[in-house]
Amino acid sequence: MSAEIIIDIILSLSVLLLACLTLSARQVFTAIVLYVSLGLLVTIIWVRLNAWDVAIAEAAIGAGLTGALLLVAWRRLSNEAAAKFESSNDVY
Amino acid sequence: MFISLEFQQQNTNEKELSRVTCWLLGAIITALSIALTIALLVTDKAVPGLADLAAKNLDISGVENPVTAVLLNFRSYDTLLEIAVLLIVAVAILPTQSSTTTQFLSVDDKIIISPVLVGLLKWLVPLAILVGGYLLWTGAYSPGGAFQAGAVVAGAGVALSLAGRHDFLWQTTKARVALNLGLLVFLLVAAANAIVTGTSLQYPVEHAGWLILVVEIAATLSIAAILLLLFVRLKKIAERSEQEINQ
Amino acid sequence: MTQDLLYSVVGVALFGIGVFGVVVAAHVIRKLIAVNIMGIGVFMVLLASAHHGAITDPVPHAMVLTGIVVAVAGTAQCLWLALRIQLLDENEAGESTQ
Repeated sequence: MSAEIIIDIILSLSVLLLACLTLSARQVFTAIVLYVSLGLLVTIIWVRLNAWDVAIAEAAIGAGLTGALLLVAWRRLSNEAAAKFESSNDVY
Repeated sequence: MFISLEFQQQNTNEKELSRVTCWLLGAIITALSIALTIALLVTDKAVPGLADLAAKNLDISGVENPVTAVLLNFRSYDTLLEIAVLLIVAVAILPTQSSTTTQFLSVDDKIIISPVLVGLLKWLVPLAILVGGYLLWTGAYSPGGAFQAGAVVAGAGVALSLAGRHDFLWQTTKARVALNLGLLVFLLVAAANAIVTGTSLQYPVEHAGWLILVVEIAATLSIAAILLLLFVRLKKIAERSEQEINQ
Repeated sequence: MTQDLLYSVVGVALFGIGVFGVVVAAHVIRKLIAVNIMGIGVFMVLLASAHHGAITDPVPHAMVLTGIVVAVAGTAQCLWLALRIQLLDENEAGESTQ
């Protein structure tokens, strides 16, 4: 029991830390990547709470698809992307 | 015009709020959070909530997974309305011009992509669709279901779209059918049920299993199509200009 | 019991962090991420309330599932609107320089 609660405490602290890091990231790109990792960490918490259905949905939609949508829009919405792609001609 | 200029400025040079405002805001939000936490601690938890009720009625629901039973039988109007919400978002994002082509998925072989990518896609896309089918089928008695399956199938489409060779045409009849199928089948089942039994979304016990499966298959197709549409359209608008995105 | 309590408090804290982010962030994508973090906080409170040791209440689980899918649709809609505004902006800027 006590070992389990230690895991829970570690998970909660890292989720809170990751949320703060996500919102205070200097670059928008970093924020998006940190948000995706936050989604994956939260998936583990859903498993800890016995919510397997929600965990599968969160891993596929919350972490995967939302991250893809944000990254696709980021290319156009910020000039970070332009600066990054200008330095190298090869987009791949 | 001023609004749009301001919007761009906000996006490009991110202007920070002043330090005092930030601290004040942080204090207000912390106080709010503490109040919410106290409210949570004071409120008695409903033990065991609706778990008993759901467990007792599980054998008349037609499925063995309680979450699927709640989603598609006990509270199926929630799911019905959710699919309607998804369809509204899809309609808002759909291209406006009609097109003459009838092929939903078009492949442009002239675009050269890495052979490793081609090989990966050859394996990944069928595998993702297989996993989606498995999740859909297994949703009746263990974790899984229409949403998860739809998301995984949409993921296969996202991989195809990102590889660059494939293009999806949303004006085609096939695409429109796929987008609408979930809501249509759901409403048809509800209507047929209302005519036969007198209640719209309360399935008769002996038919509940396959009715739920039919609704789930249609919902999976629609959810996959809508999620894929969201991604493909966002990708298109992010890459191209105003005139091109309506085609 | 302690586990549910812990995750309820973390959920409220995530919600608070999200509200702070929505107000402070300037970039649209940051704002959207903050809204999504608020959503995660709400889901966590709901799921923690559904968890009673060995018994789990399926109704909040179903609500959270619908919530996740609607949240991604909302995020996509917001990004679409932001990109449309950006495109209009760029067109306007192009016309004024000609």
